[in-house]
Amino acid sequence: MSEGIGARVLRKEDKRFITGNGKYTDDVRNDNQCYAAFVRSPHAHARINGIDKSAAEAMAGVEAVLDGHQLTGDGIGNIICGWAITSKDGTPMNMGAWSALATEFVRYVGDAVAIVVADSPANAKSAAEAVNVDYKVLPSVTAPEKALESGAPQIHPEAAGNLIYDWEIGEKDATEAAIAGAAYVCEMDITNNRVAPNPMEPRSAVATYDTSEDHYTLYTTSQNPHVARLVLSAFYQVAPEHKLRVIAPDVGGGFGAKIYIYPEEIACLWASMKTRCSVKWTSDRSEAFLTDAHGRDHVSTAKMGFDADNKIVGFQIDTIANLGAYMSLFSSAVPTYLYATLLSGQYDISNIHCNVRTVYTNTTPVDAYRGAGRPEACYLIERMMETAARELGVDAGELRRNNFVQEFPHQTPVIMAYDAGDFGANLDAAKAAADYDGFEARRSEAASRGKLRGIGMSSYIEACGIAPSAAVGSLGAGVGLWESAEVRVNPVGTIEVLTGSHAHGQGHETTFAQVVSDRFGLPTDNVQIVHGDTDKVQFGMGTYGSRSGAVGMSAIVKALDKVEAKAKKIAAHLLEADEGDIVIENGEVKVAGTDKTLGWHEVCLGAYTAHNLPEGMEPGLKEGAFYDPANFTFPAGTYICEVEVDPDTGTTEIVQFVASDDFGTIINPMIVEGQVHGGIAQGVGQALLEQAVYDDSGQLLTGSYMDYAMPRADDLPNYKVSHESTICPNNPLGIKGCGEAGAIGSPPAVINAITDAIGNNDLSMPATPAKVWAAIQAVATKEAAE
Amino acid sequence: MYETQYHRASSAEDAVAKLESADDGKLLSGGMTLIPTMKQRLAAPSDLVDITHIDALKGISVDGNTVTIGAATTHAEVAGGGDEIGNGVAELAGHIGDPHVRHRGTIGGSIANNDPAADYPAAMLALNASIMTNKRTISAEEFFVGMFETALEEDEIITAVSYEKPEKGAYSKFPNPASRYAMAGVFVAQSGDGARVAVTGAGSDGVFRHSGMEEALAGNWSGDAVAACDVDEDAMLSDIHGDAAYRANLVKVMAKRAVEAAG
Repeated sequence: MSEGIGARVLRKEDKRFITGNGKYTDDVRNDNQCYAAFVRSPHAHARINGIDKSAAEAMAGVEAVLDGHQLTGDGIGNIICGWAITSKDGTPMNMGAWSALATEFVRYVGDAVAIVVADSPANAKSAAEAVNVDYKVLPSVTAPEKALESGAPQIHPEAAGNLIYDWEIGEKDATEAAIAGAAYVCEMDITNNRVAPNPMEPRSAVATYDTSEDHYTLYTTSQNPHVARLVLSAFYQVAPEHKLRVIAPDVGGGFGAKIYIYPEEIACLWASMKTRCSVKWTSDRSEAFLTDAHGRDHVSTAKMGFDADNKIVGFQIDTIANLGAYMSLFSSAVPTYLYATLLSGQYDISNIHCNVRTVYTNTTPVDAYRGAGRPEACYLIERMMETAARELGVDAGELRRNNFVQEFPHQTPVIMAYDAGDFGANLDAAKAAADYDGFEARRSEAASRGKLRGIGMSSYIEACGIAPSAAVGSLGAGVGLWESAEVRVNPVGTIEVLTGSHAHGQGHETTFAQVVSDRFGLPTDNVQIVHGDTDKVQFGMGTYGSRSGAVGMSAIVKALDKVEAKAKKIAAHLLEADEGDIVIENGEVKVAGTDKTLGWHEVCLGAYTAHNLPEGMEPGLKEGAFYDPANFTFPAGTYICEVEVDPDTGTTEIVQFVASDDFGTIINPMIVEGQVHGGIAQGVGQALLEQAVYDDSGQLLTGSYMDYAMPRADDLPNYKVSHESTICPNNPLGIKGCGEAGAIGSPPAVINAITDAIGNNDLSMPATPAKVWAAIQAVATKEAAE
Repeated sequence: MYETQYHRASSAEDAVAKLESADDGKLLSGGMTLIPTMKQRLAAPSDLVDITHIDALKGISVDGNTVTIGAATTHAEVAGGGDEIGNGVAELAGHIGDPHVRHRGTIGGSIANNDPAADYPAAMLALNASIMTNKRTISAEEFFVGMFETALEEDEIITAVSYEKPEKGAYSKFPNPASRYAMAGVFVAQSGDGARVAVTGAGSDGVFRHSGMEEALAGNWSGDAVAACDVDEDAMLSDIHGDAAYRANLVKVMAKRAVEAAG
């Protein structure tokens, strides 16, 4: 069957997207539609002495100007972080209060202070400008290491010294001893730069309150509408779950930033009840830079010890992670269980110890961003492996191979149990595709043109399919991370699949349909994927962490198993055959070894007419399933980047990028390649271009595309993407996940290539032309001194 | 964007009249800077007077060695001018912004705004261009006063720019990785009067001529001659994209590349 698992089926959803017929949150228009604008803090840290709303309230078209005291007075709860981390001294994390609208203090530029509802977006904005907030400006701090210094401005009373938690994993003493006894120790200070997520569609919310039913409807740009409803109900007390419908229609990219429940959705829902208007807010790009949760922002020092045989004997890391002004929904988990648990990389390391301190600063909250913790771990390990190889004078690929985990399952000292992989196969494939061995000739040729050519490698591993609910629960998660599915077969044999996963660019409407097509031999056109509406799908945990294949599709498979079993029972009854002899293929239901056949639609119709069902069988053909993963999945691979640097300007051109990935079973190679391309683009963006920069007073300097460098097509190379797969043993399809790998594996490959080209390992992301040029000058200065 | 009144002027005189009758009017000549600024509510003119539909302000004419470009001529039209309009100018216009900007933005709008990172000011200064207005003719030297500052009076409208084709001319730009405006853009021109080197993007007070490079080129028209010149770091911009030392280096490298491109 040409549309089943492994087929390059064109994306079903693209017809509406490329013809401009997608339906996004901002496209929703309700009766009595009003528009919200937020009054936001212009200061990084200030006390609110008072708010004068009178001028704004008197302006044309204004329905209401509502502040934080009214919000908390109505019982709307504080925004919470849903993952409890315990410090190494046994104390719980120090979470500061976060009201959707600030009451006494503002803690970052962009912090929401009041919501204005008016009859047009322009009138709402004008009225928001007319709200007069009396601020007493306070000292502020934006750099994570400075926030921990004594005398730093105190941001939340709950977190003394701005420390949220001081957490560790692994054996400290054993690791220190191993490093002390090492033949060679690689030591590096490594910063992982703060980036802004920049989904193409900005965040948006349309909230409507039905007075007669006491019921709310929220359209919102969410990666996980059921989680949004749960949190809005259980924690923020906006409405009970059965009185709140959350719909995430077409969503134009998420990258993590649309997982969280932000102040704006809460305020719009509450304001819709206060004003009896349908309240719409759509972020502009400036607000997006200020308020969409940022990613990364780690400062680390690390030591990696090797024995005389170049085997890693110990790896110790000390990290400070910036969580910004407030703890966003999953923020605490990112620099701990999504980061430090991956610090073994692809390597067999007996001793690892990582200490993580997270801090409050007067900056935009930081949370998961494509990769979430795993890119930070990968960047640390893979820069150190490359640097160690250079300092040891050995080939970077062979140093990696010498330390690869070779046998599976493999238990690392940092929780993770790798289930399957063939790291050497991906290394070999990447080297062959890159003509790694022929590099020196290319370097010489480039030198003849005055260019510095370099090559860099990254052998990444990550953890997807997050994760067994009991396991994440024991680590502090406030939710389980299973997924649900319902397969509804119609009387004519067409199928609707309701899934708790949510697509915002991933192509689920195609790939999920392929799984159904593969099972019954039906065209994908006969399958409709339904998602993103809490009134339609019973429950789901949403899409992030590359989990929709490994977890979401597994739930669908479980439901399909039940549908298949019932269909076979009906067919066996109708064909007077043994149930075990029934096979379903190419849209037909047959008795094996005979010419007895029914059309798939005939069996389905039989289920619904119910004229002739097996004794005691219920009519209908609809099954649901919940799937709780047995383990994380572990995509892995090797990326090789080759660059040419212009020594006069410091400009880097990526002249070759090779990716060899192990994603397990691949449903649609075209879509997987697209995910890898996009992921690498995002990783190259972080490596070469992107950084959210604050000035000393806490103003965001990169608040528009004039200063925030998003990668453009001409910044990127053509990629060579291939796969060397091992099957994941822990889910029914053998899927590992592919959504984040590109963003995880690429940054160290790019930086390793540049540092190779310029002969200076001291280079941080983003490797802008100015920074690379300065690093080249530093080498020249050092050589001149010698 | 705040509410504003849009007017379409039929002539320079009509534009002046419309401007004078407005509370706080602004000329619109493409709006590639003004409109985004208004959308961010950082500018709020009561009236916009669009001068891009005035026929007399549009088009390129070449008379012998003299090139005249109407103020409302788009970057795309200039980019299509080829070497006929003087070496380096069409190339410069072809790398301003993106296709949308090039089909809407105009040469008059660009130089009237005098953004310190805009490209055209370097060409005007290096080509010793004359800036013609509804009132007078101003030399480029006098026209560009400082960052976002020109010699234009309140009711003065640029109608055209005019310059002699250089014997040699080229522009070399290093784009800002984010905005793609010039971090350093150098236009070099050689004519009967000697060599002129104008720098945009890098200077802390907008476009400027580099006399040391001009002198060096007078004796030796070569890339190495300009690369060996000193560039005063104290006169350079410094920001998150590059410090003064880096920009000073870029000025030398772009000057060298421009000289080499000019041949």
